[in-house]
Parts: sequence; C-alpha cells; structure tokens
Amino acid sequence: MSTTPRPIASDADALAVDAGFVIELLRGFIADGVRKVGFERVIVGLSGGVDSSLVTALAVSSLGAGNVVALFMPYRSSDPQSRIDALAVCDSLGISAQIVDITPEVDAYFERFPDADRTRRGNKMARERMSILYDHSMAERALVLGTSNKTELLLGYGTLFGDMASALNPIGDLYKTQVYALARALGLPHSVLTKPPSADLWVGQSDEDELGMRYAVVDQVLHLLVDERRSRAEVIALGFDAADVDAIVARVRGSQYKRRPPVIAKLSNRTIDREFRYPRDWGR
Amino acid sequence: MVLERSRTGVIPGVASAPDGALDEPRPAADTIPDPAGAVSVALAQFYPRLGDVAANLAAHLTTIAGAAATGAGLVVFPELSLTGYFLKDQVPEVALRIDSPEVGALRDASRDGGIDIVAGLILESDRHRFYNAALYFSGGELVHVHRKVYLPTYGLFDEQRYVAPGERFRAFDAPLGGGTERRWRAGILICEDLWHPSAAALLARQGVDLIICPSASPGRGVLQGDAVGTASSYDVMTRTYAQLFTTYLLYCNRSGFEDGVGFWGGSRVVDPVGSVVAEIHGAQESVLFHSLERTAVRRARVAYPLLRDERNDVNDAETDRIRRRRARG
Repeated sequence: MSTTPRPIASDADALAVDAGFVIELLRGFIADGVRKVGFERVIVGLSGGVDSSLVTALAVSSLGAGNVVALFMPYRSSDPQSRIDALAVCDSLGISAQIVDITPEVDAYFERFPDADRTRRGNKMARERMSILYDHSMAERALVLGTSNKTELLLGYGTLFGDMASALNPIGDLYKTQVYALARALGLPHSVLTKPPSADLWVGQSDEDELGMRYAVVDQVLHLLVDERRSRAEVIALGFDAADVDAIVARVRGSQYKRRPPVIAKLSNRTIDREFRYPRDWGR
Repeated sequence: MVLERSRTGVIPGVASAPDGALDEPRPAADTIPDPAGAVSVALAQFYPRLGDVAANLAAHLTTIAGAAATGAGLVVFPELSLTGYFLKDQVPEVALRIDSPEVGALRDASRDGGIDIVAGLILESDRHRFYNAALYFSGGELVHVHRKVYLPTYGLFDEQRYVAPGERFRAFDAPLGGGTERRWRAGILICEDLWHPSAAALLARQGVDLIICPSASPGRGVLQGDAVGTASSYDVMTRTYAQLFTTYLLYCNRSGFEDGVGFWGGSRVVDPVGSVVAEIHGAQESVLFHSLERTAVRRARVAYPLLRDERNDVNDAETDRIRRRRARG
C-alpha cells in the first residue's frame, strides 16, 4: 500500500463534483443517446456495487422506472451482500431486478478446462454477463448501459468485451471518487456507499488490494497525469510515492489497447477510422 | 418604407450570388418603425440533427415563422445550424452552395416573414473549398457572409482537417427586419472567433453596434458546474467585449448531444455596458427574445466614450513598427 501523500489542496478540489449539474447533464446524455438510436429503454448489469448502482439510478432518473431493466447475474461464489445491495438499490428506485444465475454455464464451461486460473474464470464470468446483457438487450429492446468508470478504464482494470462493453457509458469520464460523490447525491443505499469496492469475481476480491493503492490516491494521480497533463516528475514532486506513480503510468500505457478498437491492417486509401471518419451519430 | 441600402452590404467574393439581388432596395416592411430604434431579436437555441440538412431547414423555417409572428426583426441560429457540428467526413456531403435551393429557402423566408435571419452551414465555394459559415439574410437578400476565421484544431476540435479558414472580419448594415429607422451596424463572429480579441476589435473599429456570435460550444470541464466550465469563459468574453466595445452582443449557442458531447446552451443578450439582459439558463431547446434599443447604445457611449477615444493611429503605428521589425527578421 502506498504512503499517504501530503495533502494537495488544489487537487482534492479538482476531483470535487457539482453533483446537481453533472447529474442533469448525464440524464440528458442517456435520454438523448437512447432515443436517438430508436430505443426507449435501457438495460444495466446491476452488481450491487457503486458503479452499476449509480448508472441504474441515473437511468431511472432519466427515462423513468418503467424504462430501466436491471439484471443481477450472480455466480455461486458471489458475496451474499451483493444480492442484498442490488435488491436494495432496485427497491429504492422502484424497479425490480431480473436475476440470472450464471453458475450453470460458467461451471459447465470450466469442467472442460479445470486448470483455468482465477483470472480466466473472472474474465469468463464478466464476458458471460455481458453476453447475457446483450441477449436481453435484444429481447427487451433495451440499450446496454456501460458501468466502467474513468479510473478503471484508464488502469485497464476491467475485462475486454466483458464489463468494458456497452452501447452508452454515462460514467466513463468520472473517477471512482467522483462516482461516489454522485451516488451519495442520488441517495443510494448506505451499504453501497460504504463497502469496499470489489469486482466480486472471487471471494474476498478487493479492488484496492489488487491495485495495491487506494482509489483516493489513484484518482488524484490520474487526474494530475491525464487531466492536468503533469509529468511524472511533477506528480512525484507534489508528494506522491514514486513507485505508485510509476505503477499507475505503466498500467495506463499497458492497457491502451483495451480502450481502442481492434487494429486494422492498412491496405486501401480509405481505411475504417483512419481516413473513413464519421461520427457515431452519423444519420441519427 | 424603403431603407437606404449601403453598398457595404454587398458581399465581396460571392460570385455566384443572384444577379443584382444584393443591390436592390428592400421592399416596404409592414412593421411600424420604433422611434426609439428598438427592435426585437430572437436567439434560437436549436438542436440540429447531425448531417440532416432537410430536417434542419424545415425546423429553421418553422422557427423563423414563429419568431416573425412575434414581430421580431432578427432570428439568430447557432453555428452550423443547418448541419450539426461534429460532421467529420460528412462535410462535403452536407455542404451547400450559395445558389442552392436551401439557401434560397432561407432568403425567401426572410422576405416572406419580414424578419432577418442568421443561419450556419458548410458553404462550398466555386473552387470546392468548404467553409464553416454564417449567412445573414434580410428582405429576400443575402446581405452578408461570414466565414469562420479561427478554426479550432485542438482538444476535441478538428476543424482545420475539414474546412478552410475565412479571411475577413467585415461589418455590415443589418436592417433587423426593417422595423427600425436607425441603421444598425453589425458583425458576425463564429464561436472560436470570439476567443481572439483582435476579431472583435476589428469589428468595433468598423463601428458595429451589434456583434452576433453563433456558437456550437461543447460542455467540458463541467464537473464542477457551469460556473467553472466552458460557460464561464463565454460569460467573461461576451460581457467583456460588449462592455469594452460598447456594443450589443448576441451569443447563440446550440443545444443537444453529438457522440456523447453535450452542448451547453446558455444563449444570451449582453447590452452595451456589459450586462446580461436576457439569457437561457441551461441547454434546452428554446427561443430567447429581447428588444435591442438604440438608446442603450447611445447611453453606453455617452457614459463610456471608449470608441471615440480609441487611438487607432497609435495602434496602426505600433502594428506597422512590429511588422517592419518582423520583416527585418
């Protein structure tokens, strides 16, 4: 774990969020993004964690409870508290969760690959959930909302084509600490706001243990590096641990591929995304 | 009533403008001239459909008719109001020539409604250059074209990849629907043009009473609220220019989202002492009306004769000296 950095007034302020303003903008973002592509409804994979709970709450606030489908997809090793929290979130928002247990298909798969380590198993679970979400997206005529925050996306702390997939992501430009601020402002259940962040892919998993740093530190460092474009040396001079900063820089660089579409071999004069450049909202 | 038509209203370089149209006298307007020179203007905080010129034109014509029915002398639409903003490779696909039917429809609407119109589009030249332009129509004529000079190509902007820069800041006589006896002199700055004070200063030097700024300003840095986001930059610029140049400033920003980027609205009228006298709070589609008063311009210039005192001779001499020094290398 990192040492506590000296307090940096400017950066603590920099991560502050005007919750009312941002919530209003995100409500508009969701409604616009959904209706523009001919949908009225959205579907969210609700884990009981703060990210998916916030996205669900934003969606309900934007589209109304009747237009939000929450899918809770536990595995047999999932923390029982996750179910309690997911259902509490649904309760507070006036929606009901659909529950799809992924244990049968995940276990059936790994019976054929019993040597798979827990990372492979975790990735499979994340992709299984996204596969189910997209199937229900079709069945429910509901667009899939993403639940990856900016901290996770920058660190690559997510499963490619798993939890990182979505049609629209309302919280991808919010650091984890900012996600908490919005979740508090929207009055999400106390347990969601206070339990340690976890991907809950295996018993006892903890984001901060895996990252080896606290989100409070990671977010400040990322904000300095990414948003303020400070150099590594400047960030360290501000009081952050050099090993932490280096680890963060390495993670951001190392996971760049996860944030980009697949690489296309350049052959023609007009290659997709290189010279063939249209907005995603083309014709919308 | 026939307004005197100054030749300064003619647009240099618009070779394909209809023959003589710009020089014809205006038809009589029904509106009774306001002795105080007051005229109502409308700012249409509009959400264009990206790349859908036909739908946007139809929405323009509806809004124009609505504004005309209230007796407004001018309706302003945001930057690229006929096309949307993040066009990318659609630029050549949505571009319009000055003699296109769509431009003709706006020209006609300004005549039929007795209301002047500022609308934004991608304008294609005879040489097949594409410009981010704003057109001013009045009484069935195209009175003025402004091609955006400062094309932001940084951050989330990529304009120089797709469009060519304009090369002039020109003032023109704005009839404002013909409802006012007094001439109003106007100039147009499109969005990023406003970030370069020399542009506003050049218009002020040409005697403008009115700066019209169509904009497509995306919200960013908004995490801590509009008070410290992009809006605060525009708040400072619009009030500062209006006050320093003792002119009205009409800021018309757009509404809506494109590829997840939200435009923050906040269209406003700033009076010639720099006070915000009308404003849309928020990004919703809305039309803002306000009555511009000649007497407000007069009062501002009595109280603050800054333009009278402006030392253009000193400015010119110093500019020449700097240019000579640069020429010597």
